[in-house]
Amino acid sequence: MTKPMQSVLFALLPIAVSLLITALLIIIVGNNPLEVVHLVLSGAFGSSTSLGGVVNFWMPLAFCVVGLVVTFRAGLWNIGIEGQLMAGAIGASYVGLFVRDLPTPLWILLAIIAGAGAGMVVSLIISVLKTRLGINEIFGGVAMNALVNVYSIYLISGPWQPPEGGSAQATQPFPREVWLTPFSQDFPVSLPYLGLLFGMIALVSVLLNNTRWGLQLKATGKNPRSALLLGVPIERSTLTAFLLCGALAGMGGAHRVLETYHSLRPLISGGIGFLALLVVLLAGARLLWAVGIAFVSAAILTGSTRLKIALQLDASLANVLQGLVVLCILLFNGIRERFFDEPRAD
Amino acid sequence: MNQELINTFNTIISNATPLVIAALGETITERAGVINLSLDGSLALSAMGGFVAALTAQRAGLPLPLALAIGVFVAMLIGALVALLIAFGSITLKQDQVAIGFVLTLLCADLAQFLGQAYTRQPGPIFPNISLPILSEIPTVGRIFFFHDFLVYVSYALIFGIWYWLFRTRGGLTHRALGERPEAAFARGFAVNRSRYFWVVLGGAIVGLAGAAYSLNVKSGWATPPSMRGDGWIALAIVIFGGWHPFRVVLGAYLFSSLQAVSSALQRSNTQIPLVLLNGIPWVMMLITLLIVSSGALERLLMILPKSLQNRARAILRSDPPKALGTPFEKD
Repeated sequence: MTKPMQSVLFALLPIAVSLLITALLIIIVGNNPLEVVHLVLSGAFGSSTSLGGVVNFWMPLAFCVVGLVVTFRAGLWNIGIEGQLMAGAIGASYVGLFVRDLPTPLWILLAIIAGAGAGMVVSLIISVLKTRLGINEIFGGVAMNALVNVYSIYLISGPWQPPEGGSAQATQPFPREVWLTPFSQDFPVSLPYLGLLFGMIALVSVLLNNTRWGLQLKATGKNPRSALLLGVPIERSTLTAFLLCGALAGMGGAHRVLETYHSLRPLISGGIGFLALLVVLLAGARLLWAVGIAFVSAAILTGSTRLKIALQLDASLANVLQGLVVLCILLFNGIRERFFDEPRAD
Repeated sequence: MNQELINTFNTIISNATPLVIAALGETITERAGVINLSLDGSLALSAMGGFVAALTAQRAGLPLPLALAIGVFVAMLIGALVALLIAFGSITLKQDQVAIGFVLTLLCADLAQFLGQAYTRQPGPIFPNISLPILSEIPTVGRIFFFHDFLVYVSYALIFGIWYWLFRTRGGLTHRALGERPEAAFARGFAVNRSRYFWVVLGGAIVGLAGAAYSLNVKSGWATPPSMRGDGWIALAIVIFGGWHPFRVVLGAYLFSSLQAVSSALQRSNTQIPLVLLNGIPWVMMLITLLIVSSGALERLLMILPKSLQNRARAILRSDPPKALGTPFEKD
């Protein structure tokens, strides 16, 4: 087998295998896979409104993905991203609910800053637990995810209830002035927020590739022991990577409440943080790839929300597919390295 | 002891059982040098699979013991298969164990939700209580420990069996060497990677059994989101807290279950604490337990104690992971 053919094969095989397994699962529960594909595609790209829905789902996902590229570069497993996203939503909701009488742009800006700040607080806790107290960031992250979620439910059902009583499912909607302005009725996407996202992508790209800090991060991720011996401030690298990721995830969380829901709800993150982790695993911490793959993920997930109504199929199907793709790619990469590449000299 | 207290302890034991079994399965896996991070997902998937299998068997008219046996078998098979994937990915293919484990955590949980959608909130078969003859006659102790269902007794057997295997047999010595110094085991002629495969898959099967202990026993049935969500992470933390030693691990699981009993008692009594916040207690507890055994915090804590007690306390509290945990073995 020639080399290029092998590359193409190993790129397509995992996707084909995971699609096949997913199709089998759909048949097992008694549905037609082709019908599911049709529904997902039309749900995602059927109209410019649905495309807007995809973009709006993609934005918080992309913020998380960009942040995770930073922490992955530093060799960190930021599973707490889900909590950082939720914290961002809480921070922005606070500004949306309790700040009054600001001009709209300033008000929204303040909400975004509050979101980013809240995300940073959560990531700071996780990184202090890791660097100072010796608790692995995976456990710190899992615990913070659960705690932030509990806290958000507490806020919604308790202190943030209006005095006349409200619902346990959501806070009061924010005032209209703090909602993001859609580009148009047919394409309900906030262009300034899109601009913010692209700005952050550019910023992170420059930080990672063209600064000393980015290099230190890479050294920390590749081999912390030798990085330390070479004088890289590992603890500071870890801390700053976490903080940047927390801020970005917080901006994603702010988008979730300012654009999508206009109120704070339980489980506002909707698994976006975990999905972002999968995406970054797939993209291998390559920034633009990651952002692109995130868009495909967003399309599949947005499209699959119609499955429940049309076919009584649980929407977790889309997550199953994405998990399978990542698992297959990891395994097929391993198979390729192990059985097909020439043995390395080491 | 009064009856109410005895009943509380009885419930603590039975509630802790799935956690005990899962943490023991993870202990033998990690003792062999491999991390099975997928616990939170594989518990859900095996719980769902075991429940559906047992329910189907019961509806097909099979007698209850047979239906339960089928459920347990399917659950263990699922746990073993997930672990086999982890073993294949990390031992044969030398991929990142954490990455594969994490992906499987999410994938299994989603699969369980998708495949179990038609079976949510249905009543199904559960393990009946059996009081052990003679042992259950012992006052107090009998009521607490020997008035349970079959899986609880299995968990007792696992605790002592695994302890005996790991620390009192030659085979157990090799098993521990797989996680501590695989080179040494290799030099003595043991097939390191093949043995690791065995323990990872067996550990996974035990995790699957824990899944069955949820859906066929403690939190019987299947729901979305599953009632045991999060327990997989707790089990992983308990293994660390337990210093990879079966007795300490089990102690950790019972301690955890006791504290949960306290917090649910708090929920029942009318306190000032908002109820929703109590749901955060397990996670705070998890952080605290990890904090106690993590080296940095432990040393700082020990400084408070008088010098003479420091060494003894350190020996008791210390929790060092198997040295080769999470690293692939290259030589064979």
